[in-house]
Amino acid sequence: MTNRHSASPQIGEAPAGIDGQGFFLTTVEKAVGMARKNSLWPLPFATSCCGIEFMATMGSHYDFARFGSERPSFSPRQADLLMVMGTISKKLGPILKQVYEQMAEPRWVLSVGACASSGGIFDTYSVLQGIDKVIPVDVYVPGCPPRPEQIIDGLMKIQELVQKEPLGRRNSPEYKALLNRYGIQ
Amino acid sequence: MTSLLTETILPHIISQTDAYGITEIEVAPEHLVSVVIALKSQADMPFSFMTDLCGIHYLEPTPRIGIVIHLHSMETNTRLRIKCFATSIETPTLPSLTGVFSAANWMERETYDFFGIQFSGHPNLIRILNDDSMTIFPMRKEYPLEDDTREDKDDTMFGR
Repeated sequence: MTNRHSASPQIGEAPAGIDGQGFFLTTVEKAVGMARKNSLWPLPFATSCCGIEFMATMGSHYDFARFGSERPSFSPRQADLLMVMGTISKKLGPILKQVYEQMAEPRWVLSVGACASSGGIFDTYSVLQGIDKVIPVDVYVPGCPPRPEQIIDGLMKIQELVQKEPLGRRNSPEYKALLNRYGIQ
Repeated sequence: MTSLLTETILPHIISQTDAYGITEIEVAPEHLVSVVIALKSQADMPFSFMTDLCGIHYLEPTPRIGIVIHLHSMETNTRLRIKCFATSIETPTLPSLTGVFSAANWMERETYDFFGIQFSGHPNLIRILNDDSMTIFPMRKEYPLEDDTREDKDDTMFGR
């Protein structure tokens, strides 16, 4: 008998470990990775049409909440994932950077669409040519604007990074060097 | 249309044309404020509304930087276009019209922001739309519109 038509929610797979009677043994890193992956709180930083696509992604049809992102956070202090969607002008650059700086570690950044990733069609004096000029980016989603499926794909790529992240990464000299390159901290 | 311009301002008009159905006059910077005040207080056709003020940068026949002002007389639904060019192209300076029309405040700041025109007498002539750290006046012809920090366009694809 197949489970194809079952309406019951699917439970995520447990990480690899030693399974026994009444106990389950795995590493802290894997358990934390699994927990973080499935409870990412995104901060939508939407400035233009990619933001409209995000609204569709967030809505009931595409239902972003299925991935554990039930609560879009509009305060950077309670967010794990900064989703930048839309054109960022040079005047907005420092504000975006401040929002990023206000987020607590660990934090991830998803750059949605051509404008956020590279400036897009706005190759002009007033537009920031990609948000990676001011903050580090984890995943780029191409498209102008990308469809909700692509945004979800980007989020799942973030989830992959979150799950596999070593526990000490945020304290590593490599990570500090990355932030220093952007003049953060 | 006989009373469009009164006798008092006629001597200050450098040239008068009719473009796109609107009468256009050119005025020297030193007469700009007095001409606009006179136009605003004309008895039978007061130009009491400033529709627009913006910068222009012409390269031909000679390089000139100036402003275009659109005035509107509500009583007769008549429009008038005024052009005024700065004498210097390196440090273009024009008189501010903030004392005549409050609407000029915002628009002169914008014109300063994009063309670098100094409006003498403006109460707060600082950038209004662009980033404060910007060092150029981007609508001037000598500055490229495209951004030089762009990385994903290269010669093989875009002919740069």
